[in-house]
Amino acid sequence: MSELTVDQAIIAQDLTKKFGTFSAVNNISFMVSRGECFGLLGPNGAGKTSIARMIFGFSPITSGTLRVLDQDIRISARQVKARLGVVAQEDNLDPELTVLENLMVYANYFRLPRNVARERAEEILQFMDLTEKADAVVDELSGGLKRRLTLGRALINQPELLILDEPTTGLDPYARHMVWHRLRQLKENGTTMLLTTHYLEEARQLCDRLIVLNRGTILEQGKPAALITKHVGAFALEIGVEPGLHGQLLSWGSPWLKASQRIGNDLILYSDQGQELAENLGLKIAKDHLRIGYQRLRPTNLEDVFLKLTGETLQGSEDETEG
Amino acid sequence: MPKNSNLLQGWYKRPDIDFGLTVKVFYRNLKVFLKTWKANIMFNFLEPLLYLWAMGFGLGMYVSQINGLSYLEFLAPGLIASSAMFSTTYEVTYNSYTRMAREKIFHGMVATPVSMDDVVLGEILYGTFKGVLYGFVFFIVVALFGVVHSPFAILILIPLFLMSVIFSNLSLIWTSLAPNYDSFGYFFTLLISPMFLFGGIFFPVENLPAGIRFLPWFTPLYHAVETIRPLVLGQADPSIVGHFIWLIIAAIITLPFPLTMVRNKLIQ
Repeated sequence: MSELTVDQAIIAQDLTKKFGTFSAVNNISFMVSRGECFGLLGPNGAGKTSIARMIFGFSPITSGTLRVLDQDIRISARQVKARLGVVAQEDNLDPELTVLENLMVYANYFRLPRNVARERAEEILQFMDLTEKADAVVDELSGGLKRRLTLGRALINQPELLILDEPTTGLDPYARHMVWHRLRQLKENGTTMLLTTHYLEEARQLCDRLIVLNRGTILEQGKPAALITKHVGAFALEIGVEPGLHGQLLSWGSPWLKASQRIGNDLILYSDQGQELAENLGLKIAKDHLRIGYQRLRPTNLEDVFLKLTGETLQGSEDETEG
Repeated sequence: MPKNSNLLQGWYKRPDIDFGLTVKVFYRNLKVFLKTWKANIMFNFLEPLLYLWAMGFGLGMYVSQINGLSYLEFLAPGLIASSAMFSTTYEVTYNSYTRMAREKIFHGMVATPVSMDDVVLGEILYGTFKGVLYGFVFFIVVALFGVVHSPFAILILIPLFLMSVIFSNLSLIWTSLAPNYDSFGYFFTLLISPMFLFGGIFFPVENLPAGIRFLPWFTPLYHAVETIRPLVLGQADPSIVGHFIWLIIAAIITLPFPLTMVRNKLIQ
């Protein structure tokens, strides 16, 4: 066991989190190896934030065990937190202070000597492309710059493990790519990361492995590409057509089908031979003069996996409260 | 959000305090204060000054003497205490609530080796600092009016400190219960203003109706005023020891509650 644990940044066993009678996280077990980027993917309310909060010792564990960086988080929270970097879902910067002051004040909480803090702060400003904004008051920064500072601030103690709770939610695409770029660089430098997200593209771009969560339980786990191959194949053919014809189309497509899914009037057919499927169906549809709203062939993504596993879209439960 | 009735859960447990980190929390607030003190100090400072003028010189014209003192002498030392009280209570209600609920500063801090108890104790420390600071600044004003009669008057820093700790604790308890900013109106209207008006600053509590004369004894402001006034006027006698002891005991007894209640409110 000990040889195993050294290579693992996080070991969660039968982890459960209850709020009253509501189970936000239900008997979940997973491991995160050092150096990897591990994703928690799921819609709002799936339990991602609850898991992240237990890992950095904010939220007490209801039952199960959780070892973080080889220590029990319930017993050694301060020691573990000294080696973590946390980027919370909401920015919690000091709005009245400048960018540089934010880093310096945060360094204080890790008891970094002033000169070390100063040196690291300047490195971080450079890395995050914030040097020119060093003396700007945080309150006046844009959302994207605040986010970059939040991420930079989490690096002040040179963390072994970075916990990122929806790091790009609410950012515009440009700002999002800026953050992804930095995270990729950190990953290349060997920082272990735990990332929660409901953006599939984010999970695909950054995560080596991920678990798909829904309502506090693990639906599936593995590498993003492997999950796609396993559940839905390479292509998705979306067809807008009245539900009465779905059965007919399914039987026509069956030689090529890997899986299928209905959402309202849309039928989604998954296949590794997308082109053949589309051509053959197209011929049959034309021959029988079926009325088709639209037809689109596209590569599959994690959303399809999620849809396949739950019958729901990732954006489908926005109104549920986050645990 | 937990029910308020659960906020006291585990109040008897030993808090998880690292005093060094508590000081870092205090320092963070101090750093913000040093950026904005010019605007803030006027707000907290002008009001007692206006009272001093309006009451001491205006109303004081019609009051010949209270317990052998001119009205200005009677009033001014009491306003030192109320100045500290208002400064602490404003800080640890509106401003602490802003840091806690709106800016999520507490959340940012506890993601580091800082514990929630460190954060709360740091807030109490900072609220106390502000009370002592504003009380002391007003003390200097009172000295300029020629009301300070004894070098031992400097000892008022002790009751100011104790009283500010108590008000920090009480304010933070309210802050942990507060669902929004509006609810602080109740705190000030129901608790702070009555203390200010009936706590022995403007007239001796012996003049209250017999049935409610005992009430001021339960308020920290009254005991602070009763120690500060004789110290400032050079009339201290052994009777002030009782008031000191009251303040010390109240500061200690009220301390566990904000620690427990804020922790239970935020950590779920």
